[in-house]
Amino acid sequence: MLVLALVLIPAAAGAAAFAIRSDAVRRALLVATAVLHAALTLAAWMRRPAPALGGWLFLDALGLLFLSITSALFLVAAVYAVGYLRREARGSRPDFQEGVFFSNAPEAIFTGCLLLFLATMSLVTASQHLGILWVAIEATTLASAPLIYFHRHHRSLEATWKYLMICSVGIALSLLGNFFLAVAGTGLAGEGAAAARVPLVIGDLLARAGSLQTQWLKAAFLFLLVGYGTKMGLAPLHTWLPDAHSEAPSVVSALLSGALLNCAALGILRALQVCAAAGQAAFCQDLLVGFGLISMGIAAVFLIGQPDYKRMLAYSSVEHMGILALGVGLGGAGGFGALLHAVNHSLTKGMLFLLSGNILAAYNSKSTTDVRGLVRVLPLSGVLWFAGFLAITGSPPFGPFLSEFTILKAAIDGGRAGVAAAYLVMLAVAFVGMAGAFLRMTQGGGAPGPARPVRREALLAIAPPAALGVLVLLLGLYVPPALRDAILAASRAIGLK
Amino acid sequence: MSVHAVSFLSLPAALLLAPLLAGIVNRTKAFFAGRTGQPLLQRYHDLAKLFRKGTVYSRTTTWVFRAGPVVGLAALLAAMALVPVAGGPASLAFSGDLVLFAYLLGLARFATVLAALDTGSSFEGMGASREVQFAALAEPALLLGLAAIARETGSLSLSGMLGTITGGAWASAGPVLALVAAALLVVFLAENARIPFDDPTTHLELTMVHEVMVLDHGGPDLALIETASALKLWILGSLVVGILVPVRTGRPWLDAGAFLAGMAALGVITGIVESSMARLRLSAVPQLLVGAGALSALALMLVLW
Amino acid sequence: MASWIDSALVLLILTNLMLLGSSRIRTCIRAVAAQGIVLGLLALVAHRGAPSLHTLLLAVGGMGLKGLLFPWLLFRARREANVRREPRPFVGYQASIVAGTVAMGVSLWLGARLPLPGGVISPLVVPAALFTILCGLFLMVSRKTALMQVVGYLVLENGIYVFGAAGVQEAPLLVELGVLLDVFVAVFVMGITIFHISRQFDHIETDRLADLKE
Repeated sequence: MLVLALVLIPAAAGAAAFAIRSDAVRRALLVATAVLHAALTLAAWMRRPAPALGGWLFLDALGLLFLSITSALFLVAAVYAVGYLRREARGSRPDFQEGVFFSNAPEAIFTGCLLLFLATMSLVTASQHLGILWVAIEATTLASAPLIYFHRHHRSLEATWKYLMICSVGIALSLLGNFFLAVAGTGLAGEGAAAARVPLVIGDLLARAGSLQTQWLKAAFLFLLVGYGTKMGLAPLHTWLPDAHSEAPSVVSALLSGALLNCAALGILRALQVCAAAGQAAFCQDLLVGFGLISMGIAAVFLIGQPDYKRMLAYSSVEHMGILALGVGLGGAGGFGALLHAVNHSLTKGMLFLLSGNILAAYNSKSTTDVRGLVRVLPLSGVLWFAGFLAITGSPPFGPFLSEFTILKAAIDGGRAGVAAAYLVMLAVAFVGMAGAFLRMTQGGGAPGPARPVRREALLAIAPPAALGVLVLLLGLYVPPALRDAILAASRAIGLK
Repeated sequence: MSVHAVSFLSLPAALLLAPLLAGIVNRTKAFFAGRTGQPLLQRYHDLAKLFRKGTVYSRTTTWVFRAGPVVGLAALLAAMALVPVAGGPASLAFSGDLVLFAYLLGLARFATVLAALDTGSSFEGMGASREVQFAALAEPALLLGLAAIARETGSLSLSGMLGTITGGAWASAGPVLALVAAALLVVFLAENARIPFDDPTTHLELTMVHEVMVLDHGGPDLALIETASALKLWILGSLVVGILVPVRTGRPWLDAGAFLAGMAALGVITGIVESSMARLRLSAVPQLLVGAGALSALALMLVLW
Repeated sequence: MASWIDSALVLLILTNLMLLGSSRIRTCIRAVAAQGIVLGLLALVAHRGAPSLHTLLLAVGGMGLKGLLFPWLLFRARREANVRREPRPFVGYQASIVAGTVAMGVSLWLGARLPLPGGVISPLVVPAALFTILCGLFLMVSRKTALMQVVGYLVLENGIYVFGAAGVQEAPLLVELGVLLDVFVAVFVMGITIFHISRQFDHIETDRLADLKE
């Protein structure tokens, strides 16, 4: 019941948002749904809810972890969004980059799609049936596409089209992977195969993992990895990510980077669960390590000299998804580190993207060279921005340092010195690439001042990122036992050695 | 190699009936255009008129120009001898005769093209280049389609191939036969210079493909060329009808009747196609021919696999 | 009965060749519609004995969606964007047909090497599915018009659906309906995006959407 509510309440609210005329009521509905969703998630932590739909929807340890990340991030983003929507100008206005006139999409579409986005992401985390998981992930693509096209100019349209096309193709390939998995689960009998077929439910697949046919299983994992990996932003399938995450409004970028990429990763983790139970973990983990290193490498290269700070954050997401894949691929403590990193990265990247929204609103420029002296113009945002930079590049005392260090330790303990060395080098390159830009933005002087005069920062614009920043700092100093146990249970559920 | 006495009847029958087939096509086109059109036997009158005329030869031409029509007709007569009609074997049949068949058609075309180039006129040269380009693209469709049927029926002789296409063959290999029939229909239209590949009634030399090659021939030479083109229509039509009309009862009159009815129907269909379609742009013709080749290739792949 | 299935699959292959070789967008949309109908019929004839309510519902629903609704959406988008032909694809039409023939050969070869353990309804099903998938991917990559890319996506989905139907099993009703609904909403959203693209850019050639770099 609770599980169904987690999906249906945001869905109903989203449908209602399309119909509501009043902006204030709609924004209130957004925040109220976010609060309710967070409360339901909290209730799920205290008492694990019963399965729904005949076992197809169930929040196991892995799903609950990702649901919590999504819910927390959405709550913060919803509060920020209210302030953002209030600040957005009505009607047509010139684009700051090129001067062409553009207008926004109707706010109803924005709010409605945001809530549907939450509903579909909740469905992803709760699905135990791989078919429903597929449907939900494709639905997230479709719910988030209109969000990217909120500012209706040609750049965001181009980004939306690339996002739609590339992700839809990727997800279609993962549907093929689902079919391969179904084939792997058929018994060798001829006509009477229906009885011997394994349904695509995680529980059944894990129970009868021994009887899955190896070749089909490996092919299935490959297609699922490539398909959901496209959605997750693993290089070389990531080409839509910088465009989509940089052209979308900051709230949406925060959710895309912080919640959606995780949901796609969940799809891959479910596939990994099945393969590990069938004894094919080594094959899958090698693939994941490979993709992880490639993602980190490509992201590191593109981070150097990146002129657009939102694109820089997007490439940083690619890098961190690579770290996640690498951690899972290394296994053991690496799995724990990867899941902890999912939490840390989501919170940090969410904070950074929300702050980027503040910066954009004040300076009217997305260029790292135009934005200077943030600590003087927007003091609170500036401090948080710099703290976010330290956090995302893995400096102590912030959370990501712990998770990245755990993954490094797993690499060294596993005797994979080459992987560890490459990992460190790429993290260093990313640090150097981002450091220049961030330092210039925060401290540098001598650039033309912001377009708008300095004024006090709105509460709704600074409180959400500050809350996330505090959380990240706390997680760096102290991981609560409840969280630690949950992550441990989740990484054990994946079944990595 | 086998020679069948009864099948010898098919050769004079073809010569006799081929102009009638062309007449049926013309009559159908006229019907669709709302005209009464030429009488069915008009082509015979045209041929008789042409044979009575004298000829004028240009000073720039050589013996090639005079040999062209003769060689063309001779090659087509030889090809006709290889084609089985009415379900029975052809006059001449031996294993591998389908290759000879294709090459005889090619020889006829070659003779015509040489005669056209011999005149030294640019119109004929243009027509010749177009003709050979289209023929080059239609060859794969023809040969691959025949290869598919050869593989399907297990015989390398045209008589063996077409002779065994019964209703049962259609039931078991329907898709393959349908694909080959479609490809051969396209080849039929292309080789006989019908719409959508060429307009036989156009009088603008720049738009002609086949007609312009024979522009300088007159009198008996033109009669030979007209007979040859009618015969080509009949030959390729026999192939198509041989696949599409699977009547092989073994009784000669019944089979012959079905065959002739099929040929007449093919004439009507050609007329309908010519009336309802416009001619394709010259740059779009290769696309259609390659498509027909793809159909034949598909049929061959389905048979081989 | 088996030859009905084979004929339906050959029809499917022919629609793919038609898609590869045709430059007119209306013909391509009609070909995809024909594919949808053939797939629905395939679902119906693939069943031995009388089809269950589940199969009937899915077949009719699939035919309605893919044969009627999607083409309607695509025709509307085509009209709004005012395009008739694909301007100059990356791979020419004759080369596309030749590539398609080669892909068919490859699919037949691969299909022989991928025996489905649960048995198949016809030996031609897996090659036909692979060929359709390859054609869909080829169309998406080689065509510039956004509308043709959506057509390619639909062909890809059709191919994957045929592969899913290749075995003798059925997916649960809810999942199949979910997949259909997803594809419907995807086409819907893509159609709206194409409308916006044609308004913003005055063309729908995606290779000219190149402002975002690096």
